[in-house]
Amino acid sequence: MSTQVTVKDGRLAVEGLVKTFKSSKGEAEDVVRAVDDVSLSVEPGRLLTLLGPSGCGKTTTLRCVAGLEHPNQGEIAVGERVLFSSSKGVRLPANQRGLGMVFQSYAIWPHMNVRKNVSFPLRARRGKDRLSRKEITERADRALAVVQLDHLATRPATDLSGGQQQRLALARALVMQPPLLLLDEPLSNLDAKLREDMRFELKRLQRDLGVTTVYVTHDQVEALAMSDVIAVMSNGKVEQMGRPTDIYNNPRSRFVADFVGTTNLIAGEVESREGDRYVVTTPQGRLAARSPGDLATGAQVIVSVRPEHIQVAEGEASTSAPGVWNGTIANRAFLGDAVDHLVSVGDFTVRTRCNPSIRFSRDSAVHLTFPSEHCSLLPA
Amino acid sequence: MTETLQQLPPVGPTEPGEPPRIGPDPARWRRVRIGSGMLRNLLRPSNLIVLVCVLLVAYFVLVPLLYLLYGTFYDGRTITFRFFEEAYSAVGLTEMWRNTLMYAIGSTVLSVTIGTTLAYLTVRTDIPFKGLIFATALIPLVVPGILNTIAWIFLLSPRIGIINSWLEPIFGAGAINIYSIGGMIFVEGLGSTPLVFLLMYAAFRSMDPALEESALMSGASLWRTVRTVTLPLVRPALYTCALIMLVSGLESFEVPALLGIPVNEWVLTSRIWEALGHFPPRTGEAGAIATTLLVIAAAGVLWQSRLQRKSRAFQTVSGKGFRPRPMELGKAKPFVLTGLLLYFAIAVVLPLLTLIYASLQPYYQVPSRASLSALTLDNYRDLVSDGPSVNAIVNSFSLSLTAATCVMFLVAVVAWVVIRTNLFGRNILDSLTFLPLMIPGLVLGVSLLYVYLRFPLPIYATWWILLIAYFTKSIPIGMRYASASMYQIGGELEESANTSGATWWQTFRWVTLPLLFPGLLGGWIYLVVGLIRELSASLLLYSPGNEVISVRIWEMWSDGSFTEIAAFGMVMVGVLMVLVLIARKLGANIGVGLK
Repeated sequence: MSTQVTVKDGRLAVEGLVKTFKSSKGEAEDVVRAVDDVSLSVEPGRLLTLLGPSGCGKTTTLRCVAGLEHPNQGEIAVGERVLFSSSKGVRLPANQRGLGMVFQSYAIWPHMNVRKNVSFPLRARRGKDRLSRKEITERADRALAVVQLDHLATRPATDLSGGQQQRLALARALVMQPPLLLLDEPLSNLDAKLREDMRFELKRLQRDLGVTTVYVTHDQVEALAMSDVIAVMSNGKVEQMGRPTDIYNNPRSRFVADFVGTTNLIAGEVESREGDRYVVTTPQGRLAARSPGDLATGAQVIVSVRPEHIQVAEGEASTSAPGVWNGTIANRAFLGDAVDHLVSVGDFTVRTRCNPSIRFSRDSAVHLTFPSEHCSLLPA
Repeated sequence: MTETLQQLPPVGPTEPGEPPRIGPDPARWRRVRIGSGMLRNLLRPSNLIVLVCVLLVAYFVLVPLLYLLYGTFYDGRTITFRFFEEAYSAVGLTEMWRNTLMYAIGSTVLSVTIGTTLAYLTVRTDIPFKGLIFATALIPLVVPGILNTIAWIFLLSPRIGIINSWLEPIFGAGAINIYSIGGMIFVEGLGSTPLVFLLMYAAFRSMDPALEESALMSGASLWRTVRTVTLPLVRPALYTCALIMLVSGLESFEVPALLGIPVNEWVLTSRIWEALGHFPPRTGEAGAIATTLLVIAAAGVLWQSRLQRKSRAFQTVSGKGFRPRPMELGKAKPFVLTGLLLYFAIAVVLPLLTLIYASLQPYYQVPSRASLSALTLDNYRDLVSDGPSVNAIVNSFSLSLTAATCVMFLVAVVAWVVIRTNLFGRNILDSLTFLPLMIPGLVLGVSLLYVYLRFPLPIYATWWILLIAYFTKSIPIGMRYASASMYQIGGELEESANTSGATWWQTFRWVTLPLLFPGLLGGWIYLVVGLIRELSASLLLYSPGNEVISVRIWEMWSDGSFTEIAAFGMVMVGVLMVLVLIARKLGANIGVGLK
């Protein structure tokens, strides 16, 4: 597909954003900091995902950028243009920011047909920005072609399927060639199969058009698959920001490790250290782990190991080196493309994931190997 | 300006989970008090529209009430209770109160009993002819109270009543006297049964049938199930319904005026009418009674809305939308069916047939072979050339169409303010729109008389004062329709217009209003139909030349032109029928709601 809809370059910079709400209890003093000193920056043409559980402030952050919520503090700028700044006293209303946004419910207007929906942002222009009717139709149809809906232009919007409505919402957000595209859980209303297709479609479109994008989701698989950069949020704060592989392989907090992907969290104490290599004592046995951080001997830590990084082998181990534990198979779950084993080590249960060709029966004795490069050390 | 803004407290708190509040930046309102750009800010078109709407509501709702209290408690010199003393020292006070209570309670018991039974039969049993029951529910929309009352006079008057003439050979002359408290209860009760039916129909529909089915599975009989499960579950709805009926019985004017006054059976509303009928009018006395009625009606409406909130909590038991298997009436079916058909014949067929028959007679007479062979269309022909009647039709339509259209636009904006913004005082605004519901038509008439007799606006005794009355009366119902449809429109539909660059006015015109349109249309038609039937306020406010249809019927009744009334009434029924059918065709939801 082509880049017929050209998009202005936009760099998003968010600095020290704070947004508070009054608590629903109605107490005047109770203030919830929904967004608590959030700073983000997105390079032009990149896709940033705000990832986190519901109530973490990701949607509020997005709505602040859109202009639908008024932050208490901070600064938001796209390119050279300041959209909001508490120190400079700037607050552009949403309808003057010129950003594209796709809502979770798509917000397709049911009383308009497909073309009317797409052309709305163009028709809403006033004064010297007003476009001729011909130009409006042309640009609307071009946007529809980008999302492959041009053949449905005159259909009532309510006739479209879920996936088509989603693309229509996207076309409407892109039609005014915004410097920044905001997506609020756009795939959460689609069924599983369609969601996977749309994930790639959306990513391809975003890359082709080169539009800077902020994407909000609570689905970590989606975030890992689509993003250039992920910002994991919790309690109104950014916990960690980085490339998807960084976030997955080197989580910097217990929350990130737990929220993104499945992991084993094992509590222990630093026994010894050699450069960035550590040996950790846990009640179940010793582990070798790596950490870029500076941790003293005796520090309480948590080791995070992904299930697919743990090797399971039959019989008891012949070595007592760190990172090799004996256990028994407590349970097994066949997942199709993988098989999970729950392995009891003392009274602790380790989750492992391996190729479905490897299967151990219940109660059989196994030993587990934890590769040190996949064991991340987190502060307890 | 902007410098000062930043020091102000955070604006626009949206509770998580609440519909998002968006729009022309309502927070700006708080800022307006400070800063130099106040005027410029205030003059933004969006704020102006909102401001005008708020002022309009406040003006139309509050001014009449304040003037009523002023005129009642102030006699030109001091604050006084003199008018209350005068009103309540009149002879027959205890009798009036006894009549009022008997009439209101009696008609409530009658309408709630029949209406609830009909609703239950329709929703939950296998009774045939359900369409018939629905047809009867639309009758009061098309046959106004005054016409219905007149039809019953034709049927049950001791001298000229058709039924009495049939009964005469057996029971003697004037066996049943419609001119009595019993007669009033009968006519009013039967007339308000359909509203009870509609309200209770909704209540039964929202009840999970599995609750009843499990009672049946536990071995309970049908009657026992109804008694121990069904009725307790709909009790809140039932109480709400009874209170609405009680208030509307207290407020009703047509029936007590036509059936009570001729035999000196007085109730509150007819006493107000009587006090104003003296020369010079005893406005203070009327105001004192009107204030009493207002207080009672307000208490009833407030109590009812509290009950309704509770009953909504009750309705969380409602189940999935599957069609339950209807309960079998079994052996009781023929009896129930006979009762249903009898009700239909008495409540619908008899009055309508009587009116049609009367409209075709040269002068009123009890039907006989001779009278039936002398049917004529003369009354209808005369109607066309009868100036006042034609004029009344024109007035009724111009008034109700104008009032309904203006009100629906106003409440659309008000509903938007109340639901979508966090403007200071929006809850007060919401309550204001609710207030006219507590003002009986006659009281509204008295209040507006007070206002425009003293107010330097030259609209007393003109078309405009009627328009104001209709407008005020329509605000609560219009608001119910508008806010119900506003709640159904997701906030994101407006937000996406906002992020698309549309201004508040563009969003309101292109997105909000079109989406509200079906709901607004339903409310509009309901208002038009209701306003064309309105009598009590019009009767106090009209002036010769400004009669509306219902007032014209009242005048003709006073003149004794019975057959002309019937013809005029049939025309009115026809027109209202067409309106209601159009509404149904458009799928507009009309009927359920407060009076």
